[in-house]
Amino acid sequence: MIISVASGKGGTGKTTIATSLAAVLGSKAQLLDCDVEEPNCHILMTPVLQTSESVTVPVPIVDMDKCTLCGKCGEVCRFSAIVVIGDQVLTFPEMCHGCGGCSLLCPERAIREGSRELGVRETGFAGPVDFVQGRLRIGEAMSPPLIRAVKEKIEPGKIAILDAPPGASCPVMNTVMGSDFIILVTEPTPFGLHDLQIAVEAISHLQIPHGVILNRSDVGDAEVEKFCEQQGIPLLAKIRHSREIAEGYAKGNLLVTSAPEYIRLFLQLFERIRGLIGIARSDLKEALS
Amino acid sequence: MKELVIISGKGGTGKTTVTACFAYLAKDKVLADCDVDAADLHILVHPKILHEEEFRGGLKAVIDSDKCVKCGTCREICRFGAISEGFTVTQLSCEGCGVCFHVCPEQAISLEQALNGRWFVSVSRFGPLVHAALFPGEENSGKLVALVRNQAKVLARQQDKPLILVDGAPGVGCPVISSVTGSDHVVIVTEPTLSGLHDMDRAMQLVKGFRIPASVIINKWDINAEITQQIEELAARSGVKVLGRIPYDPQVIAALVQRRCVVENGPSPAATGIREIWQNLETDLSMEAGQ
Repeated sequence: MIISVASGKGGTGKTTIATSLAAVLGSKAQLLDCDVEEPNCHILMTPVLQTSESVTVPVPIVDMDKCTLCGKCGEVCRFSAIVVIGDQVLTFPEMCHGCGGCSLLCPERAIREGSRELGVRETGFAGPVDFVQGRLRIGEAMSPPLIRAVKEKIEPGKIAILDAPPGASCPVMNTVMGSDFIILVTEPTPFGLHDLQIAVEAISHLQIPHGVILNRSDVGDAEVEKFCEQQGIPLLAKIRHSREIAEGYAKGNLLVTSAPEYIRLFLQLFERIRGLIGIARSDLKEALS
Repeated sequence: MKELVIISGKGGTGKTTVTACFAYLAKDKVLADCDVDAADLHILVHPKILHEEEFRGGLKAVIDSDKCVKCGTCREICRFGAISEGFTVTQLSCEGCGVCFHVCPEQAISLEQALNGRWFVSVSRFGPLVHAALFPGEENSGKLVALVRNQAKVLARQQDKPLILVDGAPGVGCPVISSVTGSDHVVIVTEPTLSGLHDMDRAMQLVKGFRIPASVIINKWDINAEITQQIEELAARSGVKVLGRIPYDPQVIAALVQRRCVVENGPSPAATGIREIWQNLETDLSMEAGQ
């Protein structure tokens, strides 16, 4: 089972929810930090990391002895990563998406592939919880292949919890695709509502069941709850603003450590999600039969 | 003309709140919202759209099922797993590289310009605003960010504005790199949590890599005075100035719910902090301009 935790707006509590859910599920859970630009799960989970591998993308290397300067590579490349100028072939590895078009289509077979490091993928254990994270190299723009590399480590027998990046563009979509359920974490403010609406729209055509957790539920207005009701999106849980939880988070403590009374809420949350996934599956079966 | 970009590393530390307050306090400026996949600045500055255009960032492969003989060549060479077993293109996975278009022996594949979003030029309560909306789930955010910044520059030149205030995106990836490259000064808004510290460090490394002058603002500094101090020490070691601290203040959310900036709403601890920070920053910017 794969559960993604996403949000639209940043700083609403994705990591807080993902880590506490993983912690209460213990050895049944696997936590995968897909927010590779700013991975924060490790701060709250303090995992012991056992492996670290570099994740790369292929980039072109031109053999000038074979190159006839025909210009085919520059014509084919949609990302301006390779271009023939005068008697030179210039490559811009940081622009390359690694599609392999230039090396495949070079009539002289003068292009082979080297690699550019996107970042690292690390695995280990946080207590009984299986832990995986990606860390994007500073200065690297392309996160989706690293996110996909993190997701390759999903253990089918476990409850995989994916902490997604904020926003609603391709890194988020790459994270949540293939999930059985998406938790959307937001806060009751105009920003929280606006970005939730965008996130809901972004995932709408994936047809993945989803629900909302309202964090710091008592600080703003009632608009998010109204929106959920209108849209028929289940409100999975509300977490009140508390100085204790905020102070605990600042120091790197899990929500369920700062406020153990929430352990029950997280266990119930998981049962609720399991139920909603079941309903979605039987709906699908019915629709197909 | 100076271009000032506000980023954060970690999301939700107060980028947009700070940008909107600066927008209120700065005299003559153009605003640009470069958090194109979750733009929020408009909520506080109430723009009236004057001009609107489509944004087409990239290509998508389209397979003509009448011509396709299901030979599988495209599926084999596509490195993004974008071609399904039924020989349709999965839009979300397609990078638009066009390799399939080149190798298809039946010429059954074409490349079509994908509509990724829209961008706008508006007048807002605090001056001209260039903003955009990437369609939910879309890609090419970096290109749209570059477009928004360019349009803001054009506008600033036309209207002879000395300052562009850019609201950036969270993270350190594609849209953030596109927001800061070639700008004059970057402000990193952080908060005193271990995550805030960790993420600000990464954002700072990114900005230093581009050799752009940077400074830091610590929002809600009194949530943890000890980590605030750690942030200040880290900034000092990295040669980055701390512009000031903003205290935790419920007035910030109260103003947000009214869709206003906290500095508009009369004296409050956060408003005082932000005003002081803006004064500091204005002095620094004019000094950098003199150099």
